[in-house]
Amino acid sequence: MLLIHCPWCGPRAEIEFSYAGPAQLRRDGALEDLLYLRDNPKGRHEERWRHAHGCGQFFATARDTVSDFFLPPPVAKP
Amino acid sequence: MSQALRTAEGGRIDRANPLGFSFDGRSYRGFAGDTLASALLANGVHLLARSFKYHRPRGLLTAGSDEPNALVELARDAARCTPNLRATQIELYEGLRARSQNRTPSLAFDLGAVNDRLAPLLPAGFYYKTFMWPKAAWKRLYEPSIRAMAGLGRAPTRPDPDRYAQRYAHCDVLVVGSGPAGLAAALAAAESGARVILCDEQAAFGGTLLAEDEARIEGGSAEAFRAASLATLAAAPRVRLLARTTAFGYFPHNMVGLAERITDHLAAPDPRLPRERLWQVRAREVVLATGAHERPLVFPENDRPGIMLAEAARVYLTRYGVRPGTRAVLATAHDGAYRTALALHRAGVEIAAIADLRGTAGGAWPAAARDAGLPVRLSTTILGTTGRRRVARVDLARLDADGRCGVVEPVPCDLLLMSGGFTPSVHLFSQSRGRLRFDDTLQAYLPDTPAERTHVAGACRGLVALADVLADGYAAGAAAAQAAGCNRAPSARPFPVTARESPAGGMLGALPGNRPGARAFVDFQNDVTAKDLALATREGFRSIEHIKRYTTTGMATDQGKSSNMNALGIVADALGSPIPAIGLTTFRMPYTPTSFGIFAGAARGDLFEPLRMTPMHAQAAALGAVFEDVGQWKRARYFPRAGEDMAAAVARECRAVRSACGLFDASTLGKIEIVGPDAATFLERLYVNAWHRLPSGRCRYGLLLREDGFIFDDGVIGRLATDRFHVTTTTGGIGRVLAMMEDYRQTEWPELDVWLTATTEQWAVLALQGPRAKDILAPLVEAVDLAAMTHMSLAEGRIAGVPLRLFRVSFTGEMGFEVNVPASAGAAVWEALMAAGAACGLTPYGTEAMHVLRAEKGYLVIGQDTDGTVSPDDAGLGRMVARGKPDFIGKRALEAMAARPAGGRQHLVGLLSETPAQVLEEGAQIVAETDGARLGHVTSAYYSPTLGRAIALAMVRDGRARLGERLRVALPEAPAREGHAVRVVAPVFYDPEGARLDG
Ligand SMILES: [Zn+2]
Repeated sequence: MLLIHCPWCGPRAEIEFSYAGPAQLRRDGALEDLLYLRDNPKGRHEERWRHAHGCGQFFATARDTVSDFFLPPPVAKP
Repeated sequence: MSQALRTAEGGRIDRANPLGFSFDGRSYRGFAGDTLASALLANGVHLLARSFKYHRPRGLLTAGSDEPNALVELARDAARCTPNLRATQIELYEGLRARSQNRTPSLAFDLGAVNDRLAPLLPAGFYYKTFMWPKAAWKRLYEPSIRAMAGLGRAPTRPDPDRYAQRYAHCDVLVVGSGPAGLAAALAAAESGARVILCDEQAAFGGTLLAEDEARIEGGSAEAFRAASLATLAAAPRVRLLARTTAFGYFPHNMVGLAERITDHLAAPDPRLPRERLWQVRAREVVLATGAHERPLVFPENDRPGIMLAEAARVYLTRYGVRPGTRAVLATAHDGAYRTALALHRAGVEIAAIADLRGTAGGAWPAAARDAGLPVRLSTTILGTTGRRRVARVDLARLDADGRCGVVEPVPCDLLLMSGGFTPSVHLFSQSRGRLRFDDTLQAYLPDTPAERTHVAGACRGLVALADVLADGYAAGAAAAQAAGCNRAPSARPFPVTARESPAGGMLGALPGNRPGARAFVDFQNDVTAKDLALATREGFRSIEHIKRYTTTGMATDQGKSSNMNALGIVADALGSPIPAIGLTTFRMPYTPTSFGIFAGAARGDLFEPLRMTPMHAQAAALGAVFEDVGQWKRARYFPRAGEDMAAAVARECRAVRSACGLFDASTLGKIEIVGPDAATFLERLYVNAWHRLPSGRCRYGLLLREDGFIFDDGVIGRLATDRFHVTTTTGGIGRVLAMMEDYRQTEWPELDVWLTATTEQWAVLALQGPRAKDILAPLVEAVDLAAMTHMSLAEGRIAGVPLRLFRVSFTGEMGFEVNVPASAGAAVWEALMAAGAACGLTPYGTEAMHVLRAEKGYLVIGQDTDGTVSPDDAGLGRMVARGKPDFIGKRALEAMAARPAGGRQHLVGLLSETPAQVLEEGAQIVAETDGARLGHVTSAYYSPTLGRAIALAMVRDGRARLGERLRVALPEAPAREGHAVRVVAPVFYDPEGARLDG
């Protein structure tokens, strides 16, 4: 179980969170890209989580998809 | 039977506390402190099991959790019956009853042993080869007989009556293993001020120190050191000691799963105690001090009872006061066996031979063995053994300089001990995805780069000398504490040790001189031989991962603790490649088998998941309602009266709603209060509808899409004030709708001043539906002008003395009200309405009638009539989409859809079967009558009591262009064109003008 750092509450267990998709989707490109095409990077992946069973806040972070460790620094805009 | 092989004194057993137990129905005696294995050995019982595949007689190989052979079943009673427990880990208690497994009818005479004679027909991968032909025989013949033979142990037939607890824990340093390295690590970490958890799978802490009868540590005995260390740790306030606790899995971000066995060792457990406890430990730093396992030697017939590991024999003697035999031969490639030989010799066991594969043996222990006059034979191998249910003879042969075997020399014995050296127990390190490297000097895989915040200490990383192991553990504990942020450096402790050591070394692979036709076992638990591995390489397998699966080596419940390295050695030999080139199989959790109960914890039966009941549940139950599960909710499905079946009850409930009035519990509907100056703007951007100009006191049916333009959820939204909306969602959709709204509020439109509050549980909702609804309601409400309330309006006031939000809405097509009252008042208001409506024939109805009534009106149910690929236009709701709104979720996708060529999409339509009584099957395929082309499927189908015939809703390709067309609804196992004939109609079967809504 991952240990996820909520920017509001601090480190909490993964079961308190729900994954909320990739961060920084661009809404100005082709609709198909926005709706269906997702990068599947090996390495740094910027993604959103919601502290659903905690403060309820959405936040963005980056995770290394190889090691599953979260990467600093946190990205700014969700 | 007496404990004939028990020594006169010594061992860690409590001789003042004798215990009676039974194995396969025979009674024996042992002592407190025994394991089942040591107690049986003391009674001279070596035959404990039959092997998995060949049903060969087997005894103890080890004295620990790596035991592959001695799996037994413990039965406290019919329900408390656990198969496949390792006898080496079962602590003896008074009255313990154990049974052997995998034998019919008895261990000594087992019909399954015929497999052993058939061994030539059961080579590696036999199940891939032998049962392929003829194909038909698989189902009738092969599979049933394989299933009857397969499996190990019997599953209990009753539900598990025990309780299992689960706990989370946090610590600075988790130390796994309490041998010398682990103890030292815990001491250092504790002294650094760290919060420490020290766990060990055994009942006693100390690991190898528990059998260390010679070494002196810090000037005292090993036992004195162990006791003093434990006393220090037990007195430290921030240290938790967990015995009988296996670290079974190493999960991401330093979460380690521990299985603590709490009552299994007790004769009469306190029923208030859980049987086991799962610890999910999140550690800042982990110290793995998991030690090493001794390796067997691979030689022909190396699996008979009475053949065990040399160190295991020494443990049985030293810890348990048991002589495992009377006349022993030791076969070794490691000095450790000499130490065992000396100990046995001192205890009165005759040492017939020490056969050392090596050409020289110059260490301290071999020297001592020679001094004691023990018969040491260098450059000597084993060609085979004999003995039916226990080893009786060993065939030794000298190896010449070229590795050729000399004359066979039979040596009678009743105990054959082997040592191929030690394999570091890197399982947890590898589970954590730490990288291993092969050490050529040690001929072992050692931890290299950790993936987690892991420190490895002692024998687990290849250290041998006790002084080194202690110092290493202490350093690892100090480093871990420091890395965890504890800045107090522990005092320097040099750990002076006096001990004779056995240097690292040994062998991997099969011994030279393997006779043709003889079986030398590598994996004892899965009955894999050296020959099977060689065969796999001859058949072209190269990767150890493939060889593992083909031969099943290392795939048993012991995960190859004793076999993996020998298997690698044999494969490397056969392929002529170095061991690192063969690869290494993945270590997976659990380290040792772990009960299902510990994972289930309290989540069983009624506690499996939360149960949600509405405020009027008791009223419905009192009326005899039959409930159905809707998500976690219990909803009243129908209210049968005496003699009624479901159809009769539903028909009566539907007629009541259409002719008089019905009362329906709609409390499960999702509810969100949306408040703030920008509340209307917020809704405007979310829903397809327009909201700014909705006046206060009015409601609107809201349709919510996803960004891809498909219907996501729906529900009536009422405006209470300029800045306040009462939003309803589907029962199942509330969670995802609220999450979606929060997502947009927080991340896309943070500038909007709006607040969302989940209010589902705050309101009880009583739907009063039918032409008499207003009459029933009128005497009960205060401060509400019922007469002024038109369809889709709302008002606040009071009912039966409690606050009321009254919605004039309908999900039945009749005039209807939804009475929203505080949840705490729901039951009272239900009673009040029922009393007030009795004279009018007010009838409670359930979800089944609700579905029939709404289907008669063509009202769709999200998730039943839609499936996530239905647009508003597909559902016939295109007119709901507000034109000219600058944006809403899904607008862009709708425009893209509109830009595509028309036609080809499925539309929601009604179906009437030509046999009026024929209720279609929901989900059934709809095909064209002419060519059988698939056109869609039935989404809802009911018998309509109002219409006296069956009705259905369906998604049909270009359905709105097919009104009046005849289609077929396919039946299972019948050609499409022989399905039910149906006629496509508009999806509103009753009161298409909506006249009844106005009462
Ligand atoms: Zn939070």
